[in-house]
Amino acid sequence: MLDKVIFYVFGGIAVVSAALVVTRRNAVHSAVFLITALLATAGIFLQLRAEFLFVVQIILYVGGIMVLFVFVIMLVNLDVALQQIQFSRQKWVALLVTLALAGQVGAMLWWAGQPGKKTLPLPVSVAAPAEKLPANAEAVAHSLFGPYLLPFEIASLLLLVAMIGAVVMAKKKV
Amino acid sequence: MPAALQATLEFLRAYAGPLIASLVIVAVLPLIAGYVVLVERKVMADMQARLGPMRVGPHGLLQPIADAVKLLLKEDIIPEKADFWIFWLAPLVSVTAAMLSMAALAFGPAFQIARDINVGILFVVGISSLGIFGIVLGGWASNSHYSLIGALRSAAQLVSYETAAGMALVSGLLLGGSLQIRTIVEEQARQGVWFIFLAPVAFFIYMVASIAETNRAPFDLPEAESELVAGYMTEYSGFRWSLYFLAEYANMIVVASVATTLFLGGWMRPFASVRWMGWVDFLPPLLALGVAGYCVYRAPRQPVPVQKLVMLGVAGLCALVALLLAVPLLLPAAFFLKAGIHGAFWFVAKVGAYIFVFMWLRFTLPRYRFDQLMRLGWYFLIPVSIVNVMALGVGLVLHWQYRVNLWLALGGTTLLTLLIALWLVWADRKREAEALQARGGPGTPAADSYAG
Repeated sequence: MLDKVIFYVFGGIAVVSAALVVTRRNAVHSAVFLITALLATAGIFLQLRAEFLFVVQIILYVGGIMVLFVFVIMLVNLDVALQQIQFSRQKWVALLVTLALAGQVGAMLWWAGQPGKKTLPLPVSVAAPAEKLPANAEAVAHSLFGPYLLPFEIASLLLLVAMIGAVVMAKKKV
Repeated sequence: MPAALQATLEFLRAYAGPLIASLVIVAVLPLIAGYVVLVERKVMADMQARLGPMRVGPHGLLQPIADAVKLLLKEDIIPEKADFWIFWLAPLVSVTAAMLSMAALAFGPAFQIARDINVGILFVVGISSLGIFGIVLGGWASNSHYSLIGALRSAAQLVSYETAAGMALVSGLLLGGSLQIRTIVEEQARQGVWFIFLAPVAFFIYMVASIAETNRAPFDLPEAESELVAGYMTEYSGFRWSLYFLAEYANMIVVASVATTLFLGGWMRPFASVRWMGWVDFLPPLLALGVAGYCVYRAPRQPVPVQKLVMLGVAGLCALVALLLAVPLLLPAAFFLKAGIHGAFWFVAKVGAYIFVFMWLRFTLPRYRFDQLMRLGWYFLIPVSIVNVMALGVGLVLHWQYRVNLWLALGGTTLLTLLIALWLVWADRKREAEALQARGGPGTPAADSYAG
């Protein structure tokens, strides 16, 4: 019961603030709602007992990336930005992508509802009590450095390449 | 709605203890922050050979309460061109982040709200880093150039120094082998050593970075009064301003608590694992008793009768604390209380010492310039912290896998880190000299504009 309440509260906050992110004209207001949406997502992670994901979501997305977002927004002249067109005109592409995504989500929900296929009960309630679960950070570490070592290293290599690329682009003469 | 009612009751039954503890934090924290301000003013006055606040209460002991009343009664101004909602929201964000991050802190073995949180130390660091949004958004919403510059400086400073602080924390966590606060402290008890002695470089880096993160002098550029009036809080007044102030002091307590937990042995008393040092347990009650005695001795010398009474009241309070600390030692029946009460005492003492060093540095060092601050962060602290983590890892592998003596392994790698730090300082000096030469500094004769 408590799990359900927490899930729907955080989920509702996330959905509403995500909608507000794209509809606000003022970029700073959009950023504030984006922070709210990210925090609500973190709350859902916590409800799922994924403490490590919850904290990483807050440290990286909210505490790191969003600070830089807000920093950049403040350097932009908002009065000029307010005069510009808010939405881009690529309606058909956007419609296509939205339909594809909606189809995916719908298929997943339908799949979960089938009898005998208990893959995705919604909202997810944790069957085992908290003490029985393995420690979260350790579980993440074991899967990252165990079966998923190669994908993990490839992803970090990709990030390194992106970082070097950003430095090269920012600094014309290295 | 019975379902909602049932959920509420279930929630209350399961979480009554943590709820009460969090109420205690919310209620007591402003008082503690007020008294930290008083202590800071007294320390400052002492270092500058003055007396500091003396009027309200004996030796200014009631000054924080007078200040709080003043701040509550002040006019609350919201600038006309300010962004109302964000201006309203920003101080709340700062205070909420600072208070929420205390939820996972363990003030002694008995007092911790979020007990079973598995990633405690990351929770504290992550949530307290949200306080920056209060500063940045407040500075932007004020619609004033001073505020905006203060906010931008604060954001740049925090992003730069958080990296170094995080790396320093990783060093401590490597030694502790866990992210859980309780386990880290118990691990220090088990190994019989505070991690500051195993990783002194990490502690130093964390200390510098935490001063920068809490916007304290010598890194208080976001609120540098000689350049920016009051930085991001220029347009704030009254209660909202005091919320920012509260958040700053609460953040100090948070970073001091993190350092205490990770490097200074948490709630353990000094030499906890040495058997013949057991007499250290008797120091806290004797100290409290001594303070009480001194207050009684000073009471007749107060100038006003009311102040005599207040002084005696303070003496009584200290005697009460002494009694509380002494009962578990003297009564065998109450021995189970000892861990909680004495743990809390030692934790508060260590946090106080850390904050005292903050104050000491504030009144000793002049303020950095912003480019110096950035250079210190990016060219010195971040490289040293990365090298330190790697060196510590090497040292620990030497100890675990190859059975090298722990002190030898960690001492050697620490020495290596220090050598690399020295090299970094030398490289920075050289780079600066070259830049000066390129600009036509004092070394080049052509730059002498007064010649001829």
